[in-house]
Amino acid sequence: MTAQEYAFLVVATIGSIAAIAVVTARNVVHAALYLVVALLSVGVTFLLLGAEFVGWVQILIYVGAIVILFLFGLMLTKAPIGRDTLDNQHKLLGAVVGVLVFAGLVGLITSAYPLADAETPPPTPGTSELLGRVLFEDYVLPFEAVSFLLLAALVGAIVLARKDDGEPS
Amino acid sequence: MVDLLGILAAEGAEAGAEGAEHAAAAANWFAQHAWLIPLLPFASGAMTLFFGKRTPGEGAVYGIAGVGASFVLSLGVLLSFAQGGGAYEGTIEWFSIGPLHLELGILVDGLTAAMVVVVTSVSFMVHVYSLGYMRGDVRFTWFYTVLSLFTGAMLVVVVSNNVLQLLVGWEIMGVCSYLLIGHWFEEPVNSNAAIKAFLTTRIGDVPMTFGFFALIAATGFATTNIVETQEAIASGEVTTSFVAVAALMLFGGTIGKSAQFPLHVWLPDAMAGPTPVSALIHAATMVAAGVYLVGRLFEVFVAADPVVLTIVAIVATITMLGAAVLAIVQDDIKRVLAYSTLSQLAYMVAGLGMGEEGFTAGFFHLFTHAFFKALLFLCAGAVIHAVHSNYMSDMGGLRTKMPITFWTMVIGSLALAGIFPFAGFWSKDELLVVARDTNTTWLLVAFLVTAAITAFYTTRMVLLTFFGTYQGHAEPHEAPLSMTGPLVLLAASTSLVGFLGAPQLGAVFGQWVHIGQPHEAVFQPVMAAAGLAVALFGIGVGWVMYRERRVTDPLETRLGPAWGVLQNRYYIDDLYMAAVVRPIRDQVSSATYWTNQNVLDGLVNGAALVARASSRLIIWIDRNLIDGTANGLAQITGTSGGLLKYLQSGNVQWYAVALFTGVIVLAALFIR
Amino acid sequence: MIRLPLVLVFSALLFSAGVYGVLARRNAVMVLMAIELMLNAVNVNLVGFSAQLRDVGPQVFTLFVIAVAAAEVGIGLALVILLFRNRASINVDEVNLLKW
Repeated sequence: MTAQEYAFLVVATIGSIAAIAVVTARNVVHAALYLVVALLSVGVTFLLLGAEFVGWVQILIYVGAIVILFLFGLMLTKAPIGRDTLDNQHKLLGAVVGVLVFAGLVGLITSAYPLADAETPPPTPGTSELLGRVLFEDYVLPFEAVSFLLLAALVGAIVLARKDDGEPS
Repeated sequence: MVDLLGILAAEGAEAGAEGAEHAAAAANWFAQHAWLIPLLPFASGAMTLFFGKRTPGEGAVYGIAGVGASFVLSLGVLLSFAQGGGAYEGTIEWFSIGPLHLELGILVDGLTAAMVVVVTSVSFMVHVYSLGYMRGDVRFTWFYTVLSLFTGAMLVVVVSNNVLQLLVGWEIMGVCSYLLIGHWFEEPVNSNAAIKAFLTTRIGDVPMTFGFFALIAATGFATTNIVETQEAIASGEVTTSFVAVAALMLFGGTIGKSAQFPLHVWLPDAMAGPTPVSALIHAATMVAAGVYLVGRLFEVFVAADPVVLTIVAIVATITMLGAAVLAIVQDDIKRVLAYSTLSQLAYMVAGLGMGEEGFTAGFFHLFTHAFFKALLFLCAGAVIHAVHSNYMSDMGGLRTKMPITFWTMVIGSLALAGIFPFAGFWSKDELLVVARDTNTTWLLVAFLVTAAITAFYTTRMVLLTFFGTYQGHAEPHEAPLSMTGPLVLLAASTSLVGFLGAPQLGAVFGQWVHIGQPHEAVFQPVMAAAGLAVALFGIGVGWVMYRERRVTDPLETRLGPAWGVLQNRYYIDDLYMAAVVRPIRDQVSSATYWTNQNVLDGLVNGAALVARASSRLIIWIDRNLIDGTANGLAQITGTSGGLLKYLQSGNVQWYAVALFTGVIVLAALFIR
Repeated sequence: MIRLPLVLVFSALLFSAGVYGVLARRNAVMVLMAIELMLNAVNVNLVGFSAQLRDVGPQVFTLFVIAVAAAEVGIGLALVILLFRNRASINVDEVNLLKW
């Protein structure tokens, strides 16, 4: 058990609890805040795993932008702020399915990568430079496609969400 | 056939031609195309049927033209024989059933030639005569149609060379006779007479048909040809009893068609038809067909046991005498002539019954009888047309009012009585000669007695009709030219045709119509004198009794109770009615009807009920089981769909649940 | 430095939480949040393998996932807003016009 592992375990625990809280919170804003914690923990995990660029991008984009977006969405849709049940009638069924998924995945993981055999990988050097190179050399076409996608999403969101003139609201 | 050719060769020498080869070959164009002779009347009958009503004169012209043309062709055929030509047979193969060959063909020998001349000439006269007699009749055109059809059928009988074709013509004649006797069918008397005629001749036709079958069987069912079947019979391959039975069965047809005892009962009643019909069918032609049948198939009779010909002669004798006696008590002028016809037909049959020697004599009498009997009937028709009554008690003194009719009737009567030089004299004389030559004395006596009675009733008829004072209430006048013309022509024929058989003039008739050797007519002065004597005797007695007309017939008083018997025709008709007609009509037919209604119809109805019941069962099965299955399947589909629709909750998360569950299951399955 | 199975279990946990959230939450925005959790779980998985295999490819893919997730959230929220405008409610239980 290395130091990173310990740190990781702590961060993972916090993140897990936060994730469960997201999906079980009674207050939507609380759920959004718990989401922040979960996303942060994921970002820290990335850092711990040696993917610093991805980690910071995660924190930047997700925590910085997407959660804000969620909060705006909640505000605009007059999300019920208060102690209201936010679960629908499938709560039990969903729980069962969730547990089953978790069980299945864990079973799969432990059968494929048993903890006893797992070896501790050596520390990785910084990857940003390498990542940049690979991104802009090997994967430049998907990169361009993704930027196009973002443009389409931008335009689409504006088109969808604006109010048409003369249309009764 | 071989014999015939040999004989014809000899005959050719006599005719003055070069030799054997010439005589055997020379059947002229008319003989070779003799099939036209029956064809033309059929064609004219069809024309009359389809176009008669639209033609001016209501279509009589077709019949007159058709039969007239046939008459000319018939003279041509006779000419062939006059020139010494031989017999001709022409056939077309029709079809075969197994070994049996059926053909259509003509057989033209001297007998055929004589018959076609008789039929076409008398038919032609009758066609012309009917223009006047049937004028204004309600079914004028139809009358001419059937008249032509009948002529065609009779000619088919006469020219045909095989028994099946002959049978066809025979039956068509029977139908036409029925149609013509019942021409005025509005009166039940006429339609009953027609039915009686048809059924009675039918009774004779059944054994005749079986006789034909016997002929065909004798050839081993190979052919229906007359010449070949007769050769098979004569060759001795079949037993004499077979031949005798066949001959007697064939004679059955003669008894029926030629009205011999015991099937003679239809002919007097057939006088219900129009007089031209009586003249043509029941005097000259159809009744002669029975005699022709015997003549055409004479080989069978000759080859049979001699008792067959004796039976034929006996039947003829009974008819001859019995009918002649009945003729003397009739008041209806047509009935006198009808019974006279019965009697004269018996003369012909008796002639044939005397064997090969009597062949020519019998047919010569047929030939002459046709002319003078047709003449007598047509004269009677003229008289009836003038006084509007058939009964001689309504006539009298017509000699001055209808001179042409009177003189022609006298000529016919003299011929009938057998007075020189008219036709009947020569033919009756021939019969007397043959009777003496064959030593059938009883037949000779019968001939003489009948001749006397014939002369008697003929005289009675003439005196009651034309002499004395007129007893009726109409205004009689002479008949129109369309009627008197044929009378004169027939009278001329009657005067002349007799000489065809006169021995002093070579008796050419015997050259043409014979069996075996040509017949040499011999004049025996004794016989001629005897015949003439009995005839004059009969005329004398008649003259004495009927010279002055009395209120009641003198015979009535003289015969006493016999008069009643004769008036009732020996009660034979009553016997048939009680013994045959009534049982069949009342008992047999009602039993048959009951069987039909209850047994047969019961079976049919029963079958129908079974069918309906089973169809109801099938309907039930179809509606409930089969349709039930189909409907049930559809219902299952609908119901299951109705249940499955609840899966569509509209809730996306529910779909997601299902999706993830499915993923887990699949993952578990695949990873396993 | 960190053993792979631990990372993977963490990722599985995040994912399962996301699954529960997608299935059981009533608010549409909550559902979108849960979807974000799932996407993040995938990212953790990818990066974990990248560290294990010392390959930078998965990290590139991770960047793409993040970009796509951002686009998707944008569009998704736009749809939610539209939904709210039409129905005055973003309760997914009430969006069931395609019900039988």
